[in-house]
Amino acid sequence: MAEFRLPANSRVQPGHEHKAPTGSTRVRKFRIYRYDPTAGANPRMDSYEVDLDKCGPMVLDALIKIKNEVDATLTFRRSCREGICGSCAMNIDGTNTLACIKATEDVRGDVNIYPLPHMPVVKDLVPDLTHFYAQYASIKPWLQTKSPAPSDRERLQTKADREKIDMPSNCILCACCSTACPSYWWNPEKYLGPATLLAAYRWLADSRDEATGERLDYLEDPFKLYRCHTIMNCTYTCPKGLNPAWAIGQIKQMIAERKL
Amino acid sequence: MAQANRPLSPHLGIYRWQVSNTLSILHRMSGMFLTLGALVLTAWLVAAASGAPAYAALAGLLKSPLGMLALFGWSLAFFYHLCNGIRHLFWDAGRGFTIPGSRATGWTAVIAAGVLTLAFWVVVLTGSGS
Repeated sequence: MAEFRLPANSRVQPGHEHKAPTGSTRVRKFRIYRYDPTAGANPRMDSYEVDLDKCGPMVLDALIKIKNEVDATLTFRRSCREGICGSCAMNIDGTNTLACIKATEDVRGDVNIYPLPHMPVVKDLVPDLTHFYAQYASIKPWLQTKSPAPSDRERLQTKADREKIDMPSNCILCACCSTACPSYWWNPEKYLGPATLLAAYRWLADSRDEATGERLDYLEDPFKLYRCHTIMNCTYTCPKGLNPAWAIGQIKQMIAERKL
Repeated sequence: MAQANRPLSPHLGIYRWQVSNTLSILHRMSGMFLTLGALVLTAWLVAAASGAPAYAALAGLLKSPLGMLALFGWSLAFFYHLCNGIRHLFWDAGRGFTIPGSRATGWTAVIAAGVLTLAFWVVVLTGSGS
């Protein structure tokens, strides 16, 4: 059920303010969600003033600068710093994106940074993605075949068939889309969410996969698939420019068509 | 790792309102409001079937300023729900899933609902029998 209010232990309190060093030329305030699991206190919003003239252009650059120079306890995931690993997914300026490819310049006013929405928080900007990954695994994201493999080569597909899976294959599982989806917020246990459904579509659309029937059987469920009400927050927020909402629509059509 | 007592990250309160989620919540709210309107419509039919005094009482209530405001609200909710419902039909047919496309159809639904509501009230207030 939809629970609009945050639980008592999750309500965000005001936090500490860190001023910019004197002599700063282009100051920007970053308001960042902090939660320390060892403190026994509620999450809080700390603010950090950063001199953009002494900082890289992306929000991730600012986070790293704050961690290096102001507050080493600030915790976040990052790895590739170029939008391909999906580690630094977080809510910046109200929408989910990757901190490494979000330019600070594109945000007006204070830069508000929260963890991915409606997720259990491990520490600061690090959400627990265990359940998200388990849902991904549940759609069996691998090639399933029944026919014997060709003896002398791989299972080939035409360029046109490969193009059908180009878009969904570009998903990096950053979880921006699923955690932007109000349907996923209200039914995270039962609704698979856009990322997992996009992955399901990737295998349904693969010309080499031979488990389409079983895959559709698994998805044909009032909650797993049909909690999607085409809100489209997923597509709006995807930092890779993919279209989970369209893919979910395709799955709904495949299920409708096989009943005809 | 211990699962106990982890806080839930903020969601509805911090997420940016865009065409996508705003029109979706309005679709739901207009739908719920119309359910309430269906009750009033039923009351209107029951009153009509119960005879002139009952009908006059209910009509008087609906013609009060507050009643007229509610009727206006129901007409707006009806036309918005209708227009956005047509948008949903296109989605169900696999069309209109791009970001610019969904923005355009969203604004079209909002504007069409406004225009239809105004046209409806022009007809109601200037038409015969009022």
